[in-house]
Formats: sequence, structure tokens, C-alpha cells
Amino acid sequence: MTDAFFNEMFQSGRVRPPYAQLEGWTERMPASLRSLKQAEAEALFRRIGITFAVYGEGGDPDRLIPFDMFPRVFAHDEWRKLERGIKQRARALNAFLVDVYGRGEIVRAGRIPSRLVYLNEAYEKAAAGFVPPRGVYSHVVGIDLVRTGPDEFFVLEDNCRTPSGVSYMLENREIMMRMFPDLFRGNRIEPVDRYPQALRRTLASVAPQKCDRDPTIVILTPGHFNSAYYEHSFLADLMGVELVEGQDLFVEGEFVWMRTTRGPKRVDVIYRRLDDAFIDPLCFRPDSLLGVPGLMDVYRSGGVSIASAPGAGVADDKAIYCYVPEMIRFYLGEEPILKNVPTWQCANPDDLGHVLDNIADLVVKEVHGSGGYGMLVGPKSTKAQIAAFADKLRANPGNYIAQPTLALSTCPSFVDEGIAPRHVDLRPYCLVGERVELVPGGLTRVALTEGSLVVNSSQGGGVKDTWVLAE
Amino acid sequence: MLSRTAENLYWIARYMERAETTARFLEVGGRIALLPSAGGAGNMSEWNSLLRASGTEAGFAHKYGDPVQRNVESYFFFDRDNPSSVASCITAARENARIVRTALTTQMWDALNTAFHELRDWDRMERSELDMAQLTDWTLRHTAMLRGAIEATHLRNDGYDFLNLGYFLERADSTARLLDVKYYVLLPQIDYVGSGLDNYQWSTLLRALSAHRAFHWAYGGDVTAAKIAHFLILNQQCPRSLLTSVTAATTHLERLARGYGASGKAQARVRALLGELAELSVEDVFDEGLHEFLTRFIRDVAAVGAEVQGTYLIGDMR
Repeated sequence: MTDAFFNEMFQSGRVRPPYAQLEGWTERMPASLRSLKQAEAEALFRRIGITFAVYGEGGDPDRLIPFDMFPRVFAHDEWRKLERGIKQRARALNAFLVDVYGRGEIVRAGRIPSRLVYLNEAYEKAAAGFVPPRGVYSHVVGIDLVRTGPDEFFVLEDNCRTPSGVSYMLENREIMMRMFPDLFRGNRIEPVDRYPQALRRTLASVAPQKCDRDPTIVILTPGHFNSAYYEHSFLADLMGVELVEGQDLFVEGEFVWMRTTRGPKRVDVIYRRLDDAFIDPLCFRPDSLLGVPGLMDVYRSGGVSIASAPGAGVADDKAIYCYVPEMIRFYLGEEPILKNVPTWQCANPDDLGHVLDNIADLVVKEVHGSGGYGMLVGPKSTKAQIAAFADKLRANPGNYIAQPTLALSTCPSFVDEGIAPRHVDLRPYCLVGERVELVPGGLTRVALTEGSLVVNSSQGGGVKDTWVLAE
Repeated sequence: MLSRTAENLYWIARYMERAETTARFLEVGGRIALLPSAGGAGNMSEWNSLLRASGTEAGFAHKYGDPVQRNVESYFFFDRDNPSSVASCITAARENARIVRTALTTQMWDALNTAFHELRDWDRMERSELDMAQLTDWTLRHTAMLRGAIEATHLRNDGYDFLNLGYFLERADSTARLLDVKYYVLLPQIDYVGSGLDNYQWSTLLRALSAHRAFHWAYGGDVTAAKIAHFLILNQQCPRSLLTSVTAATTHLERLARGYGASGKAQARVRALLGELAELSVEDVFDEGLHEFLTRFIRDVAAVGAEVQGTYLIGDMR
């Protein structure tokens, strides 16, 4: 069964070069040491306070995401190619956003159907006609990738709004370095700890027109009940910026201010970890208590920058996803380096027919869904589950897309019985500001249940440290 | 510093000090209940007066009716419906800490987080297996741990001032309330004043403030109402006296004013209060009436708290 999948460490009984230093590592580790290290890792996570709350599940809000100590490794060359592909994609997505909130050339040229753009729920009319500083809408682009072979990488989805998980990339590394310094002495592993400063630089580079000084940057969080709150506070701390909630900010005159013990302080760049709908109750949802009334007016008059810019979500919609290769050709005049997963759009009657005929072999997802909710993994579902899902699909086909079940690569992982291959994906975080930058690493998520292809932490997935070897 | 961060720090300190006070209340009540009552039958019960002094009388009556010791103990220690219970306070302090996690040192977070997790262990135990003295000790140990972590590791910046303002304003309030219990310990007849029984109750109060021995070192001789009032209200050496608490609050407010280059109503209020206390004698307090004096003091401390809130924690200062 597992032979059908690309194993990142072993190929036909041989260890692939990037994993050479890890050969025998686990064999040399006695079982007692292993459980000791696992307990140590857990204690460290708990102590740092990295916990994870799953929406609507109740239970322990201080639950930990399982951490798997076996690292996932990329060779230098593999990574360089990925990096080029990721940056290319991040550039094209931003070019697309500037275009569709401006003249809409790509739609006029007939390369993307206009209804997918302008009737999209994520299309923000309030953002039309305004070009954010440096023409950047999405300042942190999280691109979810899976691997199916030595040279086969596919983009599963793009995250242009507020991709989360980068704190795990940083903490997983900290903890691995603390627990296994020998591994790092024996390998040349590129560091990732410059990410917070790179993010800060990126945000400073998109300060608004009216900002004539060293910009004041803040992170806007929905609050401490949010499942990613830990990450928000962690990033704020490492970047040396304030972590604010909507109630800490107010609009007066042409600017946004935060309430401090010394009195109001002007804010220039807001890195928001809050959906568009909640950032300004005057402009979007009037019932939102999380946002800042009047924020959008200040934004549009160049008094404050918002990252990601309102409206960025239209680029990471699952229906738009199919057209990203087209965007790359249209705006950059290049061929896409990273492949898309072939996708059937159920809104299209032909595609729907195909999907319904082959549903047992496909993965069907909601267009606007995320986090592994509301999806069907055909080969892993019962007949009854498939039938129920097919009914939902027929009732509202426009809400779904379908993709073939990908043979996700596996990476050795610690399981109860020892070491076993488990499926993994990868989310790198690409920064876009004055420059386009990618820290060599990312978040590797692993489906710790045997045979499972769902890596989402809300569905019992774990995380791994991700290594990129230096040249 | 963000106003909300300052507010979180201030409330971490207030809640932890409050948890400590509630534990001390429990101890006073428990010890008084070991005394034979003056009227003849049975032992004394001061649970009612303790509930009243802690400001939780109505909430308790609503939930349990008559103050039976076991119920009061539960209410004071575990009950989440009682905002001043040890469990509520530690949970609230830890929640405030979680929000400003990065403004705390690792040791501070450890102290709070450990208390929180151990509290959950207590929660799971059979109540009948729990010994009140053990719970009181546990509470005092953990509040001391946080206090120590702050002193040993926190930067002496404005955050430190907000933490200390929380501690000392809460402490001023709670010492006044504990002292006020004595007013509520209604003596059957005026003859009892200065009698052995009366003194025993005062001593109990001192024990609850962990000041029993300190008192004897400082004053010697018999325990009298005047000496105790002096010790808890006006003695600069007593770490929990009203004067000590107000002096410390003044120090931290003045540090803030210097740091921010602006002095406001909070400073004016606290200086006025300190000025009054510094001029005061025990005779003045008894002339006014202990209860009347304490009631006024509690109100004055609350007013300083309100100015701190308005000036720094709401963030409307211009």
C-alpha cells in the first residue's frame, strides 16, 4: 500500500541524499530516550504556551498540536526550484489583485470569467479603484504544496489573506535545536529565525503615503479566544510591535490611533489577522465588535496600510485557483513552475457529471471551505457518506470543486510501534513588499493516523520541523 | 505601553492579591469557629460577617441560604459563581496573563500557569478529602510564588508599576475589609471589649494576616484593640497595613508620572489619601468609629483605582 506513495526518505531501499544524516538516527536512539524526548518536547510547547483551540469542539482549549520529532528534509536544489515557483505564484496573485480592483484587463481579455471575479463573495467593492502601496494586496502568501514524486509538486491551494501556522515553523525549529543539537552540528541546515524581522521589514516597506517617519506597525487580532491567538502574540513579541484588538484602536481625523498609557499613538501599518468582514463595522458587518469603525475611510485616503489589503481573498478562492497558471502567463509572461492539481468545477454541468460518476475516487471540497471541514475524501469514505455528500453536491453544485485523490508523499514519523511513513504536505510563507522573500523552510503538516491523507490540525494532524539543507 | 496591556497587568496583580485575601478570610472563619460561643451553646460562627465583609453575602445567600461552614468553604474556594473565590481569581489572573503572555517573564507565566493547572487537580478531588488549611496554604504559596517571580525577574518599567498598583490598591482594600470583620464580630455586650474573648478574635485576625508574631515583636504585652488598629492601619513596618499599601501605591504612581512626564488626577488623589493617613492617630480612628473610618477608606481607595483606570487603562489620556 505505502509503495504507491513517494517516500521522501527511502527510494527502492536506498536512503535519498538529503536524509543521509538521519539514517540510523532513530535506531541509535533507545526507546527510553525517545519517550523522554517526546515528553520534553511536549513540556516545552506547553511551557511556551503554544496550544491550539479547535472551533466548536469544546474540550480542552489548551490542547497541543502533536509534534513529530522526525524532521522533513529538502535538498538545496529541490528547495531553489520550489522557491522560484512560490515567488512566481505570489507575484502573479498580487498582479491579479491590482488588476481586478483596477481595469480588469484579465477579464476583458477573456482569460477569466467575469462572474468568478466580480460576483465572488470575496470581491470587495469597497476596495475597487484604490491601489495599495507598492501594489501589494497579499503581503504574506501561504501556498499549500504536496509532493507526489521526486520532481512532482502540486499546489493544493493559495492563502492570500492571513495564512496561519508560521509560529510552528519557528517553534518547531527552536525545540529541535534545543533537543537534538547534534543533528544540527552534523547537518548544514538553513536557519529560519529571521522570519519575524523579514515580516517587519516587509510591512514597513508598505507604509502609507501619508506616513513620513519610521512607521508604527501593529498586529490586529480578533482576541485571545481566537485559536491562533498564541501565534499573534508570538509574532508581535518577536517583531517588537504591539498586539492590538479592535477596541485598542480608533479613528480620529485622517488617521488611526491606538490607546496607550501615554495617550493616543498613531498607527501606520496594520497586519490584521481578522477577516475583511470584521475590520470595519461601518463598511462591512455592522454587528462586528472586533473591528475599528471608520478604518476603511482612513485606508482609502492613504492614512494607514492594511496587510493583507481588504479584498485580497478574491485571489485565493478555490474557483479562482484554477486560473492561477493563466495569471502567471498573462501578467508575468512566464510558464508556471509549480503545477496546479487538475480541478473539476461542479458549477460546470460537464464537470459535475464527471464528478458524480467518479466521486468514490475524488476529493470534493467546498469552494469557500477551509481547515479540512466540509470535504469528502472519496477513497476513505463509506458508501453512505458518499451518497449523502452526492446529495449535497447535486443540491448546490456551484459550491463545490473536485480533485483527484493525490498520492501525497510520506515521511518517516514516530508512531507507537516505532517509525512508520505518514503523509505530509508543506506550507511555506512567502513575503511580498518592496521585495519578494521566502525564508528557507515552512510548516510541514503530517497526518499521524495511518493511511490518512488529511493533515489539518483540526482533524488530528501534527507538525514537523522542515529542513532546507545549505549548499 | 498599550492601555489594555497595562490593564491586564494591573488585573493579574489584583486578582492574585484577591485570591490571597479570600484564602485569609477562610482562615479567619475557620479559626473563629473553633471557639466556644459566648452565649452558652455550641461554637461561634462568623461566616456571616466574613461573607458580608468580603462583599459576597448576597451571592452566597442566593445560592446556599444559611452559611454552613462546608458551603462557605466551597463558595470561598471553588465556586466559579463567586467572582472572589480563589478559583475564580486564579483563573481570571491566568486568563489576563495569557492575553499578555509576552509581556510577562517566563517565571511569572510559570508561576501562574502552574497554579492554574494544580487548581484543576484540586477541582477533581473529593471535597471531603480536602483540608481547608491545606487549601489556604496552597493559595498563599502560589500567590507568593508569583510575587517572587515579579520581584526577581520583571523589568522595572511601567509594566512593573501597573502590576504593583494592582497589588497595593487591592491590598489596601482587603486589609481594610479584613479589619472591618472585627467590626462585624458583634460582641454580645460592651463588657466583652478588651476581654479574653475579644482578644482571641483580634489575634485570629493577626494570624490570618500572617502577622501574629510580627505584632508581638513590634508591640509586646497584651493584645489591645488600639495596638492592633495601629499595627494594621498606621504601622509602616507592617507589610499589609493601610499606610504601607497607600505609600507603595503612591510610589508607583509617581514613578509613572516621572516616566511619562505627566502627573494627573490619580497622583493628586493618592497623595491626598497618603497625606491624611500620615497625619492620623489611632485615637482619631476610634473617634470617627472604626467601621466608619474603614468604609470611607475603602471608598477613597476605590476612587484612586477609578482614576488609574481612567487615566491609564482606558487610554483616553491626551
